[in-house]
Amino acid sequence: MHSPLRNRRIACLGSAGFVGFLFLSILLGDIPSACALPLPRTGVYALPAFARKYGMPCSSCHEAWPKLSPFGQSFKDNGYQMGNERDAPIFQQPAYWPVTFRITPTWHRESQNRTTVDDPAGPTGAQMEARVTTHGFDWTGLDFHTAGTLAKNISFYVLPSSNNLGQFHFEAVWTRFNNLLGTTWLNVKVGKFELDNLLSEKRILTLSQVGGLYQNYHFQPPGESSYVFGIGDNQVGAELMGHSKNDRTRYSAALLSSNDGNPGLPSGRGYNTFLAASHAFEAGTLGVQRIGAFAYIGQAPTYFQYKASGANIAGTGIGNKGFYRAGLIGMWYIKKLDVTTMYFHGWDSAFLGTNTPANGALPDGAQGPTWNGGLFETHYTVNPQLILINRYELIRMSRQAFVTNPGNLGNLDALTFGYRYYPFISSRAGFAFHNEFARLRQRGTTLTGLDMTTNSLLLGFDFAF
Amino acid sequence: MMTMANKLSVILVAILAVPSFAIGQQAESHAAKFNGHEGAGKQLYYRYCWGCHGFRGDGNGENAPYLNPLPRNFVAATFKCRSTPTGTLPTDQDLYNAINRGFNTTNMPSWITLTDQNRTDLISFIKTFSPRWKNEKPGDVINIPPESKLTVESIKHGQEVFQKLECWKCHGQEGRGDGPSASTLTDSNDQPIRPYNFSVGSRFKCGVTNQDLYKIFMTGLDGTPMPSFADTMKPEDAWDLVHFLRTLQVYLKTPELALWQTTKEGAEQIAARRVSGTATGSGIKQ
Repeated sequence: MHSPLRNRRIACLGSAGFVGFLFLSILLGDIPSACALPLPRTGVYALPAFARKYGMPCSSCHEAWPKLSPFGQSFKDNGYQMGNERDAPIFQQPAYWPVTFRITPTWHRESQNRTTVDDPAGPTGAQMEARVTTHGFDWTGLDFHTAGTLAKNISFYVLPSSNNLGQFHFEAVWTRFNNLLGTTWLNVKVGKFELDNLLSEKRILTLSQVGGLYQNYHFQPPGESSYVFGIGDNQVGAELMGHSKNDRTRYSAALLSSNDGNPGLPSGRGYNTFLAASHAFEAGTLGVQRIGAFAYIGQAPTYFQYKASGANIAGTGIGNKGFYRAGLIGMWYIKKLDVTTMYFHGWDSAFLGTNTPANGALPDGAQGPTWNGGLFETHYTVNPQLILINRYELIRMSRQAFVTNPGNLGNLDALTFGYRYYPFISSRAGFAFHNEFARLRQRGTTLTGLDMTTNSLLLGFDFAF
Repeated sequence: MMTMANKLSVILVAILAVPSFAIGQQAESHAAKFNGHEGAGKQLYYRYCWGCHGFRGDGNGENAPYLNPLPRNFVAATFKCRSTPTGTLPTDQDLYNAINRGFNTTNMPSWITLTDQNRTDLISFIKTFSPRWKNEKPGDVINIPPESKLTVESIKHGQEVFQKLECWKCHGQEGRGDGPSASTLTDSNDQPIRPYNFSVGSRFKCGVTNQDLYKIFMTGLDGTPMPSFADTMKPEDAWDLVHFLRTLQVYLKTPELALWQTTKEGAEQIAARRVSGTATGSGIKQ
């Protein structure tokens, strides 16, 4: 999900430290309404349009949609081609139109403790902390996927996606040139696209407000202003990607605009880079095991060169300072049980960490914040119609932006579990009954410096056609 | 008298042998280095295959009406790509290769992303659909003699064989799959079937190598009008025919085409067969 929604979400979950909290309280007016957001899931990828084109059930490409199977990953890496000289649209019935839509009616309950609210018994402007619980029927945004091939080895993807108010943006717009020079090792994609994450947030199996995103991908230390960045989000740029014929070995390198996939030119004058590589190997009857590494390296402006009528002029952001996120990932299969493990490390420049313009001096005690994160996600695929899901994420600050900050400020734990049941599997449409509970705790980020805990419960009917 | 150590050894061997024996009993297919298991194959089949091949393996999956050619009917157990004589069952390795390779110009993709074990398991399960696998054994693998030397003469002789056996009636004089009989051909499902078009294909139905092409002549493609020439064609003639057919693949860089290009006759043929112009939307030059 992209700004402003995603940025608001980060504000709730990642940046509500003391300094950040005061800043956000002024900016957003009140925290409860900011946190009672629409469900974060949009632009999640699972396309019955492909199933219809190739006559295959969802379960061929997805272990449980939208999570890809090795076969589905290979199909995607081949530019949505099977490679049987039948991929070009000229071989389809003229009536075939590669469109899929997806939406999820839900009932969900959100509860957050120590939410800052106005104190009804106090003087005007006085605030207090209270648990705020809301629940009701709702629906997610709507995705319209159109994707496939324009000709042999030329692929495309256009994804207009809305929030639940029907306000559309483009979640993906790209074209890809596949198998350049006749080799699977050279494929070039240009536009706005899903980063080549092994653990892609666009394939996430959980939907709730807390569980519908990977906390590690979006985390910024408390007190830090949100800058345009997000491994979990689709980004704008160009990607070089390659893979072995059986898809066991993969690499990708992307040059990205530093605007987090938003339309228009970026506010700054830098480019970001995303690198990923992985290798899979067979382990007898257990299945295909995959290990990989990734890194997102970028710069963000710390102030603007020009203003007009007091407002920053887009594109004139300067004083770039660096940041990076890097990680190791493993996907382990033990027959019906699969486990994804991830180690994550992040670093921000002290200027970004303390919101200090690069043409000024750093405050006393300022230092570049660093943190380590981890993810442990298990799936038990009972059969293609039922999958049990469990995920635990943690983030631990290893260096605070200010030496005076508590050492555990911003530390985060998130637990999500649930299941998806697909009453039928076909090559025409997808339908899932989804039930999930997620809980997030972040250290020291409330007004009183205590821990903030958020619970999400979601029951939904997830369908795509 | 057995010592305690010996007794323990016997017990240990027995414990280890029981599961090994049990696993051995379940193995129902053998391809590459792997033993396939029906149970595991069943789970894979009902994840990946049933949409086309059907719940009962009869090729009547929910997508079958929309596919051309129709999916393989495992109940009939008639298979195109074999290393065994026409009319016989294929070997497990043949089925394994087919799953590995997929079938060009059909909806059957390559399943190379599955593990070797997965593919072998699938074979075990596929074989449960037809009683033929209980009543018959796979045919003996045909002998493929070493390939004869590639020469201009072998190509020319192959061209003569092509004429003599009337391959052109289906495949056309230029190998475009447009011979005079092409429009009348049907497969064992009574579905129209088009002969192989050498001019655009990079892969044959049953593989990419010269040996694969040789095998097609000698085993035939069961269930299609392509017969076996095992009883009528000498091996040396078959190899010469292979060399000639490679020259019909005018957009591929093959040694046969390169050699044929060096002759005046060959250069003229190749120039005439290479049609220049705008590629179709398929991305394939016609």
